[in-house]
Amino acid sequence: MEELDGEPTVTFIPGVNSKKRQMCFDWGPGEMLVCETSFNQKGKSETGPGCPFIHIIRKDIDVYSQILRKLFNESHGIFVGLQRIEEELSGKSRKTQLVLVSKNYRSVIRACMEEMHKVVVATKDPASGRQFSSQISILSAMELIWNLCEILFIEVAPAGPLLLHLLDWVRLHVCEVDSLSADVLGSENPSKHESFWKLVTILVLQGRLDEARQMLSKEADANPTSVGMCRILGDLMRTMPILSPGNTQTLTELELKWQHWHEECERHLQDGTFASSPHLESLCKIMLGDEAALLEQKEHMSNWYHFLVTRLLYSHPTVKPTDLHFYAQSSLDLFLGGESSPEPLDNILMAAFEFDIHQVIKECSLTLSNWWFVAHLTDLLDHCKLLQSHNLYFGSNMREFLLLEYASGLFAHHSLWQLGVDYFDYCPELGRVSLELHIERIPLSTEQKALKVLRICEQRQMTEQVRSICKILAMKAVRNNRLGSALSWSIRAKDAAFATLVSDRFLRDYCERGCFSDLDLIDNLGPAMMLSDRLTFLGKYREFHRLYGEKRFVDAASLLLSLMTSQIAPRSFWMTLLTDALPLLEQKQVIFSAEQTYELMRCLEDLASASGRPVHGEPDAPQLQDDDIETTKVEMLRLALARNLARAIVKEGSLEGS
Amino acid sequence: MFVARSIAADHKDLIHDVSFDFHGRRMATCSSDQSVKVWDKSENGDWHCTASWKTHSGSVWRVTWAHPEFGQVLASCSFDRTAAVWEEIVGESNDKLRGQSHWVKRTTLVDSRTSVTDVKFAPKHMGLMLATCSADGIVRIYEAPDVMNLSQWSLQHEISCKLSCSCISWNPSSSRAHSPMIAVGSDDSSPSAMAKVQIFEYNENTRKYAKAETLMTVTDAVHDIAFAPNLGRSYHILAIATKDVRIFTLKPVRKELTSSGGPTKFEIHIVAQFDNHNSQVWRVSWNITGTVLASSGDDGCVRLWKANYMDNWKCTGILKGNGSPVNGSSQQGNSNPSLGSNIPNLQNSLNGSSSGRKHS
Repeated sequence: MEELDGEPTVTFIPGVNSKKRQMCFDWGPGEMLVCETSFNQKGKSETGPGCPFIHIIRKDIDVYSQILRKLFNESHGIFVGLQRIEEELSGKSRKTQLVLVSKNYRSVIRACMEEMHKVVVATKDPASGRQFSSQISILSAMELIWNLCEILFIEVAPAGPLLLHLLDWVRLHVCEVDSLSADVLGSENPSKHESFWKLVTILVLQGRLDEARQMLSKEADANPTSVGMCRILGDLMRTMPILSPGNTQTLTELELKWQHWHEECERHLQDGTFASSPHLESLCKIMLGDEAALLEQKEHMSNWYHFLVTRLLYSHPTVKPTDLHFYAQSSLDLFLGGESSPEPLDNILMAAFEFDIHQVIKECSLTLSNWWFVAHLTDLLDHCKLLQSHNLYFGSNMREFLLLEYASGLFAHHSLWQLGVDYFDYCPELGRVSLELHIERIPLSTEQKALKVLRICEQRQMTEQVRSICKILAMKAVRNNRLGSALSWSIRAKDAAFATLVSDRFLRDYCERGCFSDLDLIDNLGPAMMLSDRLTFLGKYREFHRLYGEKRFVDAASLLLSLMTSQIAPRSFWMTLLTDALPLLEQKQVIFSAEQTYELMRCLEDLASASGRPVHGEPDAPQLQDDDIETTKVEMLRLALARNLARAIVKEGSLEGS
Repeated sequence: MFVARSIAADHKDLIHDVSFDFHGRRMATCSSDQSVKVWDKSENGDWHCTASWKTHSGSVWRVTWAHPEFGQVLASCSFDRTAAVWEEIVGESNDKLRGQSHWVKRTTLVDSRTSVTDVKFAPKHMGLMLATCSADGIVRIYEAPDVMNLSQWSLQHEISCKLSCSCISWNPSSSRAHSPMIAVGSDDSSPSAMAKVQIFEYNENTRKYAKAETLMTVTDAVHDIAFAPNLGRSYHILAIATKDVRIFTLKPVRKELTSSGGPTKFEIHIVAQFDNHNSQVWRVSWNITGTVLASSGDDGCVRLWKANYMDNWKCTGILKGNGSPVNGSSQQGNSNPSLGSNIPNLQNSLNGSSSGRKHS
């Protein structure tokens, strides 16, 4: 299949002089940085910085439009719904369901167009109005294409109904009729209205023969000389055989009847029935499918596909889908008449008439700079099993390729990225890894957002991303001295080393200030306490303080002792712990038992003998004054311990103590 | 469709490098005016310069951000033969009100005898590690073993490339199947210098980096080199900026077939070569998913290269300076929110009427 080479889009960067200088750049998650530089000047600087600007380039601005957001949100809902019901789709109802999905998509597009139209009407800014108008045009083109694809590929309308669908399709996209109709009918003398015949012609071109007949009756009322002709033409209109839904006649029967009717029209024309009224004669010719007559009405049809459908209506109403492209091509050629060349939209529609789905998608991808349309349409067609049936080995890859492109684009937006997650979920090959790469880059500007991101990662067992994100947040918190936050993020990251680090900070803070920050967090650590020894110590130490505060001195005392004997407490902290023991030793009642006191003494001597001051892990060397303070402390402790030992021995030795 | 918004850079001399941080909310610029500037993006999308300071005693060639897991850390390299590591200090409340932040130098890496041409942090799974390369032909790899103490860096490896080096790239793949890998490019102009791209791989047994491959077909000066992010592929993709843009795939040959213990052997294929820049290509860089490559050349343009679902590479966009004046106020882009059509006549052909058509 030959590659269609679209020209690369050129974007101009203001201020940069590409003739004399070059550009350095860097990618960001959603944007690109570009700056003028000169690569040839290494070692010597030229005269000045040249262009003094840094440029931030962003692609696909549409994700930032308010109104389109609704389109993205609602189509996301339809997309996810479609993926979910895939398993349940089976048999006859499958096609109906898929057509329904297609119609849903189209109604979302139309809703978006209507919203934009309201804005255009309301806006006072002409530039903005123009912008929105052009957007509406593009949406309208999309809906036109989608509708045709629905008829041909999803509905798979057979000969007969096919024409009816195409008629609806044309009627839906040419809307001048209603306003014109209102104009004409609303006037005093409709048939004398300057646009009367224009209206009738348009109605006939669109196959709206009942309405056309009503118009003719008004003409008949106003103009007695044409009564006869109007009646005859009206009858012809009324009797044109057309397949209606629910009609039980076969195609062959229809063709036969139609043939008869066609001959009757022909006879009237030959007999000159309408000779005295050029308008009526022209209408008759149209109804006979006369090409020349149709082409005369070019401006009322405004495009070749309208011409095609009208032509088919009046010359080949039972056209088969497989024959469509013949008529399409000739219609296009006749309509353009060699004066102009087909435009991208024409090529897309033509590819559809040729049932070349792949070409449709490729052309749409080239023409539309946003992936929204092709991604959703291709996904739907894939569910219709159309991409595979066309024997494209990369069929499913194409669907995924387009979905990945679309989803990646969504990630550039600060809230639409959440929609992107679901799209990645339904890309079996590269969805997960793409999501991993994108989700890491989401700026975690608020705690809420961070939690949202983490929840998404946890749901998908993206453990590395969870760890990384929590680590980033923990680091940020530590640097900003928000220790409680840092601790909870470390716990969530299951990062023992960092938890140890933060716990150390807590303890250091306590030593400096004499109180704990973030008590709530430490009190409620629960099993998370086990993450690191230091953290466990922090939790237990806090518990000691709590017990002390509740005057449960004996429990507090045992806990304090166990913190040292079980080696959970870092050496550097032992002095603090022993100092904490002082008030317990000084109490009226004996709290530490003799045995416990012996243990405490042992700890103290251990500490004192190790070069006289606690040095393990302490980066700062104590001052000379500290030496004095340390010595005094040690002496005080020795004294208190000795006294306590004495009292304890006495207490335990006496009758009431045992 | 792209939209550009412009910010006055305020450097007093040529800017050599611009770098986004991991989340795209901060950026750094470095210049021949010997300074580095850091910019922050506010909630409403405006960029403000929050720090500007002198970093070296010569032109600063490159500036790069460490992964945010290590905090707010920058590295810069310069003509003054040094590379430096900087850390942001959480400022005083006054500074915060004024929107300023402070960066302090944590270490200066002075081992090079010549201009240091590139500095790159290693992938985060390797810890806090960076590599520098110099015109003296040596690639140096440093590590900070204690992430909380950025003033301690040790020189772990010195890789002699024998050619003046211009650029380095770490393989970002964190898969356990691959050893750490670094590619080095050279712009050495001496006639004996032939192959200009070398790839070194870390060997777990010898605990050293050993040369795994030399790309023999690249014989012109190499200005930039970049491994693509790995989306779970078994092979690596490497882009090279030389007299054209080249993209290579390196497929590891199965270890059983090579002598065990040695560096991995690779099957090297060139998958794309573009000379659209008509001249020297100075920079190449991959987007975050490794699906688009951007290149910058002597023609003053930045080009974007993308492979379609059939793996054919094509230029999909060009950024070009046309010298037109920047819109008065900074931060103004020509915003044009639209579902965009590459070919504007799409809407004309809808409105129909023959007058709207392009005449051939």
